Amino acid sequence: MQIFYSIDGNEGEFVVCYNPNRVWNPVRVEGKAFLLGIFQINCMLFLQVKYLVAKEVKLEMRNKYALGGILLYVVSTIFVSYLSFKQIINPATWNALFWIILLFASINGVAKSFLNETRGKLLYLYTLVSPQAVILSKIIYNSLLLIVLSGLCLFVYSVFIGNIIQDLSLFLLTLLLGSIGFSSLLTMVSAIASKTSNNFTLMAILSFPIMVPLLMVLIKLSRNAIDGLENWDLNYLMVLVFLNIIIIALSYLLFRYLWRD
Amino acid sequence: MKKNWWKIIAVLFVLYTIIAGFLFKVPAQPILHETIRNLYFHVPMWFSMMTILFVSLWHSIKGLSNSNIESDIVASQAAHTGMLVGALGLITGSLWAKYTWGAWWVADTKLNGAAITMLIYLAYFVLRGSIDEEQKRARIAAVYNIFAYVMLIVFLMILPRLSDSLHPGNGGNPGFNQYDLDSNMRLVFYPAVIGWILLTVWIFTLRVRLEKIKRKTLIDE
Repeated sequence: MQIFYSIDGNEGEFVVCYNPNRVWNPVRVEGKAFLLGIFQINCMLFLQVKYLVAKEVKLEMRNKYALGGILLYVVSTIFVSYLSFKQIINPATWNALFWIILLFASINGVAKSFLNETRGKLLYLYTLVSPQAVILSKIIYNSLLLIVLSGLCLFVYSVFIGNIIQDLSLFLLTLLLGSIGFSSLLTMVSAIASKTSNNFTLMAILSFPIMVPLLMVLIKLSRNAIDGLENWDLNYLMVLVFLNIIIIALSYLLFRYLWRD
Repeated sequence: MKKNWWKIIAVLFVLYTIIAGFLFKVPAQPILHETIRNLYFHVPMWFSMMTILFVSLWHSIKGLSNSNIESDIVASQAAHTGMLVGALGLITGSLWAKYTWGAWWVADTKLNGAAITMLIYLAYFVLRGSIDEEQKRARIAAVYNIFAYVMLIVFLMILPRLSDSLHPGNGGNPGFNQYDLDSNMRLVFYPAVIGWILLTVWIFTLRVRLEKIKRKTLIDE
């Protein structure tokens, strides 16, 4: 089996062949062969990502306490808010509380994606797969996790605090895009924070300010959904999609500089 | 001397801004009155901040591609200088807001943007402080800087266009170009922008030199 990588993108045409006998030999490839190489890189990337996501899911299923802990965190936070607020009718308060709960739950849920990885395990991964595959698989896995998490959050929240959403489909769309955005941003920040000494505190400090643009758009859209505006605000939706694409593209491009130790 | 002509321009323009800014005729406007002169000080601060933060971003990208420690020094010092002018922009803006809007701080997208900019770069300094190894710090801080700058651009450039603001030229408010019909203010405003930006760049180059000397003496010891 041969796996093709382009290294660093500096030279562009340099492709590294990964041999079964584990020798890294850079080969200059041009023209058709280069295009073929790019195609193979993408194929391999897809396969690697698929494999890594399956691995993450398998690991999570093997140790259900972590997942259960995060889900319980959401439920108990909502229950505590229920005990102090009872029912919330004011849309602004309802919206703010919902997103604050989801924000903290997401940070807790995603933080472990890199902070809990042992150095040896990461080193092993890095000898086998490309860095892009690692970050993409983590983003996809965390997106799945956050979609489940936000779905549960919405369900429990509307049961206890009350459901005042008038346009559920827009709210669900916002929640879906928000989960993807949160997961990609937090995965990247978690990768950055895992390189420092006091990583859990830093995770919060680093992620809050850069999450604000995303959060503002989400809050605006979900407020529209709660108020049940007749026309969807396509400008904000477009900004949200655009933000997701930018965050994922940046993670894809920048992650390889993080893992080189 | 040949290399320093822009420093002379910076000093002359800033001096001109201070003298002309306080003495020249300005359009008489209700609410604004004489505080309209703050235009020459408050607005160029944000121009300078965005310029110097862009320099920081540029050197972060350069630092990632050539893994040179010098790019890291330049990027971090540019961010420090950016915070300095950003703080000045906040102070002048806060004073202006007190006189025209009646409060030191109001809920406004541009004000939120300024606050978030400060928070992002303070987080950048905390991140830098928490990594000891020089090469590693350079790389990780550069990654965060690039990531943060792009999110900041979205926050400062795109979101304010989608919502209202109390600032002139936004949300149906007239911009300053409508007050300044005889272009008298432009005569001061454009030199002010150039002067403040050049002065900021000068402060930044001095900081870079100082930082390099500090590191050098550390190595020598």
